[in-house]
Amino acid sequence: MKKQIVWTALLAMSAASALTAAETINAAGATFPAPIYQKWFEEYRKAHPDVQINYQSIGSGGGIRQLTEGTVDFGASDMPMTDQQIKDVVAKRHFKPLHFPTVLGGVVPAYSVSGVNTELKFSGETLAGIFMGKIAKWNDAAIKKDNPGVNLPNEDITVAHRSDASGTSFVFTDYLSKVSPEWKSKVGANTAVNWPVGLGGKGNEGVAGLVKQTPNSIGYMDLIYAVQNKIAYGSVKNASGSFVKADLNTVTEAAAGAAKSMPEDFRVSITNAPGKNAYPISTFTWLLIPDKIDNPAKKKAISEFLKWMMGPGQADAQGLSFAPLPMAVVSKEEKQVSLIK
Amino acid sequence: MAAPPESRARKFAKLLVNGDQVSHLVTLVFAGSVFVVTVLLVYQLWIHSEPSRAKFGFSFLWKQTWDPVTGEFGAWPFIYGTVLTSVIALLISVPLGVGAAIFLAELAPPRLSNACTFLVELLAAVPSVIYGLLALFTLVPLMRTTIEPFLKKTLGFLPLFTGPAYGVGYLTAALILAIMTFPFIISISRESLLAVPREQREAALALGATQWESTWKVVVPYARLGIIGSVFLALARALGETMAVTMVIGNNTSAHASLLAPGYTIAAIIANQFTEATGDLYLSSLVELGLVLFGLTMVLNALAQLLILATTGKGSKRD
Repeated sequence: MKKQIVWTALLAMSAASALTAAETINAAGATFPAPIYQKWFEEYRKAHPDVQINYQSIGSGGGIRQLTEGTVDFGASDMPMTDQQIKDVVAKRHFKPLHFPTVLGGVVPAYSVSGVNTELKFSGETLAGIFMGKIAKWNDAAIKKDNPGVNLPNEDITVAHRSDASGTSFVFTDYLSKVSPEWKSKVGANTAVNWPVGLGGKGNEGVAGLVKQTPNSIGYMDLIYAVQNKIAYGSVKNASGSFVKADLNTVTEAAAGAAKSMPEDFRVSITNAPGKNAYPISTFTWLLIPDKIDNPAKKKAISEFLKWMMGPGQADAQGLSFAPLPMAVVSKEEKQVSLIK
Repeated sequence: MAAPPESRARKFAKLLVNGDQVSHLVTLVFAGSVFVVTVLLVYQLWIHSEPSRAKFGFSFLWKQTWDPVTGEFGAWPFIYGTVLTSVIALLISVPLGVGAAIFLAELAPPRLSNACTFLVELLAAVPSVIYGLLALFTLVPLMRTTIEPFLKKTLGFLPLFTGPAYGVGYLTAALILAIMTFPFIISISRESLLAVPREQREAALALGATQWESTWKVVVPYARLGIIGSVFLALARALGETMAVTMVIGNNTSAHASLLAPGYTIAAIIANQFTEATGDLYLSSLVELGLVLFGLTMVLNALAQLLILATTGKGSKRD
């Protein structure tokens, strides 16, 4: 049933693309970078009217699934594919997906605490304690230690987290797993985890709404949502021991710190990255491109788009509150384009 | 007696225009499509939930954990949340809705009745995401600052009303479901009350019944089937409601005794996690939740039917 529908849709699409001489490329995946992708694909089409890239922001999991089923030309994900997922793609589609980092994002601990007007600081262990329910009051000794001199209220902490599976949750739990062995063994890192405490909100906007509405609450969200919703967010202690507030520069810094030890396939987590000004809860987001594209026109279009994205495309990132790639990563990535056969 | 040669064609034409067999066959096919759709639905849910059914068996139904990291999936917190919120919602909306329908159909001046009915039908057409947003911005703060502290103060000795007042949780979800199902019950119940023949009322009045007696003892029992139908529709909507519920229930994957605590429903977790779910087991567990919801709807509908048939009926059988 499902296959037939998919085939019919594919046939219809190929018929349509044959009629309009333009090369139509279909992609699907992560929602977090969708704003910049839409802008890129739109701008690229203006510059190259013969290439049209359709992007559906259906979520990272959906992007990987569709790539595995062969219903899209390439995918996108906020979380690097696991070895098993890559094996599945190789077995089913006979190509290997290449990871291309596109932009960077930061995840911030946002809070509303009554009577506190100064910006709060959090160390990794404190955040893990709060999200595990072990630190239940705002005037807990651990929070006081990170914030000397701040008059914290004797109120219960309400924790807010994502209820949907999301790349944002993956970055946050990945960071907590790195800084807290207890978090790693009891909860772990994934796009959705079994949250020990708290309220779930759907999407960044859901968590932002919960934090805004509930007194004495804390939640995590993509940097851009905290900025847009004017929710206070704290600085986080990084691997070199300094408290860093998330902004586009400190996020890019984290990627630069990780660039030196970057593996060849770019599947790397840059949470808790080294570097004095590196913001510790940062992440790449990736395009997943097949290393073998049979249609030569498509291959050419995708390769050229990738080069454009790494060059002029990066200038669009900051306007949409995404951190651009550091130069060291771009030069490595450019070499990977030649692997597309 | 040989028939004239042209009569065959004429016979066939006649059959098409006013033939009973043809209409019988065509409508049968249409009715059969309902059956086909249901069977295909269950079949798809069944085959796509295979990995999860193979791994967990029936323990899926009562297991408490939902942990995508370790791959442990159990449906109990979601079944519990779905049944709890739907039942509380109907406990609120059925008496209110049927009462309002009786007033609008029997007692209200026609102009008021028509105006109210128009508003009710408007309410029924409002998309659920609007109800969810309204609940999030008005009902949730009200619950947190006023209603839940009040419940804790007056009824706090019951385990049902303990724990912190978050504003979101089972009770808030049940309230928004009650508000959403209310227009369905009014609208359909009113129609079926209006369809009761005039003679029934006149006969009751002629026998010396007061207007209320004729309404309560004659008209309402006569319209019983329509009213039951409205309750079923309301139940189906409450069980399957997704957007509004997920916005206010708190989305916490454990079952709690307190109505003030955050919880989850089956439809809400499917909507929340399906798009980003990776791995066969995770995905098939979500599909199996869909299968469970299907089964749950059937069981609850059957129970509701039994309950209503057992409690109404005496002396008012209508065939």
